[in-house]
Amino acid sequence: MKSGDIETIEIRLLLDTIFLRYGYDFRGYAKASIRRRILQFMKMSGTACISDMIPRLIHDESYFEKMVMEFSITVTEMFRDPSLFLTLRQKVLPLLKSHPFIKVWHAGCATGEEAYSLAILIHEEALDKRTTFFATDFNDNALKKAKAGILELECARQYSQNYQLSGGKGSFSDYYHARYGALAIKRGLKKKITFANHNLVTDQVFSETHLILCRNVMIYFDKALQERVIRLFYESLVHGGFLCLGMKESLLFSEYQDKFRVIDQKNKIFQKKA
Amino acid sequence: MKTNKYKAIVIGGSAGSMEVLLKFFHVLPKTFRVPIIIACHLHPLDNGGLVEFFRLQTNLRVKEAEDKEQIRSGYIYFSPANYHLLIEQDNTFSLSVDPKVNYARPSIDVLFESAAVAWADELIGIILTGANSDGTAGICAIKLNQGLTIAQDPSDSAYPVMPQAAIDTGKIDIILCVDELDMVLQYIGLDIKTKGSHNAG
Ligand SMILES: C[S@@+](CC[C@H](N)C(=O)[O-])C[C@H]1O[C@@H](n2cnc3c(N)ncnc32)[C@H](O)[C@@H]1O
Repeated sequence: MKSGDIETIEIRLLLDTIFLRYGYDFRGYAKASIRRRILQFMKMSGTACISDMIPRLIHDESYFEKMVMEFSITVTEMFRDPSLFLTLRQKVLPLLKSHPFIKVWHAGCATGEEAYSLAILIHEEALDKRTTFFATDFNDNALKKAKAGILELECARQYSQNYQLSGGKGSFSDYYHARYGALAIKRGLKKKITFANHNLVTDQVFSETHLILCRNVMIYFDKALQERVIRLFYESLVHGGFLCLGMKESLLFSEYQDKFRVIDQKNKIFQKKA
Repeated sequence: MKTNKYKAIVIGGSAGSMEVLLKFFHVLPKTFRVPIIIACHLHPLDNGGLVEFFRLQTNLRVKEAEDKEQIRSGYIYFSPANYHLLIEQDNTFSLSVDPKVNYARPSIDVLFESAAVAWADELIGIILTGANSDGTAGICAIKLNQGLTIAQDPSDSAYPVMPQAAIDTGKIDIILCVDELDMVLQYIGLDIKTKGSHNAG
């Protein structure tokens, strides 16, 4: 047997162990990237081979928690892909205005930057009074940071530029206090978002949602898991509700493709057909 | 003519590699079937401009790799700007927004290491001109899996750092000048004389 095949067996055993012991299901994640994460963690924790991590994983919960953090890639920024936010502002939010009550779900929010960006949009389009905003992730550490709403000072210039490109109506500095060498998101904005733990693989639908944002999360899943998650979104949305994916994600290979209308191809905005 | 055992070619390049790629594409015959997958360090905001450029210049089937797309023979794929590109064992692509590796995204190491697992000894990896040492770990991974490794001759490179770093690993099988790149065709069992049949049009 080739060494690559042996490694494949080890990875499968490791992921099975995590699922059986802790209920976290990474078995449907894209294999090539999860392999990178596993090897990286193996190096960090000074283990000789993948299967050596299994006994430790079974008996040491803190070891597992560290590993999960390594599996969760929380790279994000404010108004990432400004053109998307501009399009949301111009094409999607106006359509939501007719609803007396709007529910927004931001799935895979990481440390919250994108959620805050969307909250700013909703505020500036005067929809915040009737909007309920949930932002979820399965990474508790990231959620803690998101709730704290502290941004790095070094990013201020780029975020401010992104904000302008996204059609910002005021100044980005309206939304934070500069404090202890960092940017603290203002309380008023923070209050508008409910951050909560939700695992896209194992948890349930968010019913009657009008807008779902889930960007750069599904690229980490294999095709079968992507399909499951798209179904979860489909079932969560009201008829006419909007789904927004990452710039390099699509419904192209999904059976649900026909059940959505394309609102904006470039920015990957879709609408659930009635 | 020997039969081709190679299922894919991965190429990594950075500063100066556009011109080299263009020359290489021009020697590819129309009948060339082995998929070519390229990680090229680009400006992060370059949205498909590179793909457009090569499409116009070569008439080859050049496209940007898409997440979970099936890799097909006869195509040349570029990694999208600002994403890592990975190869799955079922011959599909995965993208990722993992942090930069070697200050780069796409990182050549990330592409090569995953390709080495997917294609093992049926893979050719090529390192072109470039100004940093991304790709060295990838070259080692390809060699470990018995693939074939090639580097552009540093003395023939606009930016020698990258091919030199690859050579310094001791895992490079062949060093080629740009004008010899058509030799790659020999390794996959094609007659070099057929070259040039697919020039810019
Ligand atoms: C790269 S970040 C994307 C952040 C943001 N949406 C953006 O595009 O800037 C991916 C996030 O997906 C989360 N994630 C991965 N698997 C998940 C799952 N099964 N359930 C919920 N969140 C998940 C990770 O924890 C991480 O925070």
